[in-house]
Amino acid sequence: MPAGQKPLSILVIDENQLRASVIEAGLREAGDDDLTIVHDVIGIARRIEEIQPDVIMINLENPNRDMLEHMFQLSRAVKRPIAMFVDRSDSASIEAAVEAGVSAYVVDGLKRERVKPVLDMAISRFNAFSRMSRELDEARSELEKRKLVERAKGILMSTRGLSEQQAYVLLRKTAMSQNRKISEIAESLITAAGLLAPPNEEE
Amino acid sequence: MAISHQITAGFMPLLDSAVLVTAKEMGFAEAEGIDLMLVREMSWANIRDRLAVGHFQVAHMLAPMPIACNLGLTPLAVPTIVPMALGLGGNAVTVSNAVWDAMSAHGAEANFDPATAGQALKKVVLERVVGIKPQLRFAVVHPYSGHNYELRYWLAACGIDPLRDIEIVIVPPPLMVDALASGTIDGYCVGEPWNTAAALLGRGHIATVKAAIWRSSPEKVLGADAHWAEENPEALTALLRALGNAAKWCGDSHNHDDLARILAEKLYVAQPVGWMLPALRSQLPIGKERTADVSDFFVTFAKAATFPWKSHALWFYSQMVRWGQVQHTAKNAQVARETYRPDLYRAALKPLGIALPVANAKVEGALTAATPVGSSGASLVLGPDGFFDGGLFDPDKLDAYIASQKQ
Repeated sequence: MPAGQKPLSILVIDENQLRASVIEAGLREAGDDDLTIVHDVIGIARRIEEIQPDVIMINLENPNRDMLEHMFQLSRAVKRPIAMFVDRSDSASIEAAVEAGVSAYVVDGLKRERVKPVLDMAISRFNAFSRMSRELDEARSELEKRKLVERAKGILMSTRGLSEQQAYVLLRKTAMSQNRKISEIAESLITAAGLLAPPNEEE
Repeated sequence: MAISHQITAGFMPLLDSAVLVTAKEMGFAEAEGIDLMLVREMSWANIRDRLAVGHFQVAHMLAPMPIACNLGLTPLAVPTIVPMALGLGGNAVTVSNAVWDAMSAHGAEANFDPATAGQALKKVVLERVVGIKPQLRFAVVHPYSGHNYELRYWLAACGIDPLRDIEIVIVPPPLMVDALASGTIDGYCVGEPWNTAAALLGRGHIATVKAAIWRSSPEKVLGADAHWAEENPEALTALLRALGNAAKWCGDSHNHDDLARILAEKLYVAQPVGWMLPALRSQLPIGKERTADVSDFFVTFAKAATFPWKSHALWFYSQMVRWGQVQHTAKNAQVARETYRPDLYRAALKPLGIALPVANAKVEGALTAATPVGSSGASLVLGPDGFFDGGLFDPDKLDAYIASQKQ
């Protein structure tokens, strides 16, 4: 930032506190901008009046975008008109932002060079967060699969008198011979056991 | 039929996404060779943005939105056309229990009548103006929405000034009931199931309905990326036919239980089946226990319900002017008129043999009874289509209508 230039005032609205902190860390690293994070839109009009942000960012899952845009149209809350992104001809940035799941509103008249790095950082942090969430989901489903196999083993042990090791080998062999995943075989077995169980004797 | 078109459509989780959802779920899209992907969105702004960046080719939209896009009133808009509507009616005005009690004391009856409800509300509003209690605050879903315009039309016609006597704010539909219960707002105008929900949960009372403020009035439309539509006329035609058949299926009361179940699913509105049925059956809840019949509450097929009348586009435009959203010029009126494309609708739906209006526009509010009108394909009955205050909108006398509007 050139010496003497006033730092950009940035407001991030995100009800997901974890993601908000990921974005906050990224933006703080990028520079000494004046950053405010809010998790809730209650009283947002007053906050905006106080902060007078140059850039407002909100995630696309937030149902309050329509409310926020309407507020920008009313000049009471925001002094200068706010435009979506800096320059609507910059379609690549806009698409990248929408794909990442974030929208940005920028005060009219701000120079593109000043805002672009902030937007790019936000987009990359949003993408990083989505990757993290995806990995977390995958880890969670891995855990679910393991639980299914445990339950299927239990059913085989009690109905066929197998040891834990024998039950696992049987599941594994069945999966291999049918060219399916062991968790799928476990799921089928649990379903079938449920269907075959006498009434009122659910696990 | 082999799949020859891939179309992605955005929609909001509301009852009036019914025609789009049915086109996919009941196989009407597939029968036209379309792989239709439906993407649920959380805001109208998302729908607009994702249409703009090309993620969606078409979308479930508030009828005035494409007009606002083409007039350059919204950020990030692309030229958008309306080749089809997605039904008539479907909204209602719900007030908090406290406001309803006050309205009842001033003569409002539980019959959804806009005139008596409006007179009662006016008395409640006047008490607020002279008293120490703050002004009433009502919510609508979007500034460019049928909700915003019909609420203001109703209030103004009942002598309540929407700009000075009450406050109007924006709240997203799924948050309306909580906002009402918490006292953040005193009333709202929203689509279903959010009026039924408030009534069944005991958190609010339906004061009046869109179908009574202006019977057979337009609500949601299919907005299409104009550029995509021009480049892909066959895909658009196939989609309009699929939606035409879907609208017919939705309009058949034998299918309403199935439709309610489909809409209730997690992928779509994701709310209880019991919240979908009242609107489909035209029987809206009065409190938790009783219901009252509403004529033509939500219409998807009869009365040419999906026809994109240019007079509808121009009425919405007249309201944008009335409430200071846009300046009236001949050019702006032209933009609004050309947003709606009855020509594309007629060309696509002709082979279905359903009733197609011969005219592109009509005098809104002129029919006091069901009336046979000029049509091709099958006979067509329109109306009644009256405004509750007896108003008439003649699209050929747009300037005079705009000049006569009180703000």
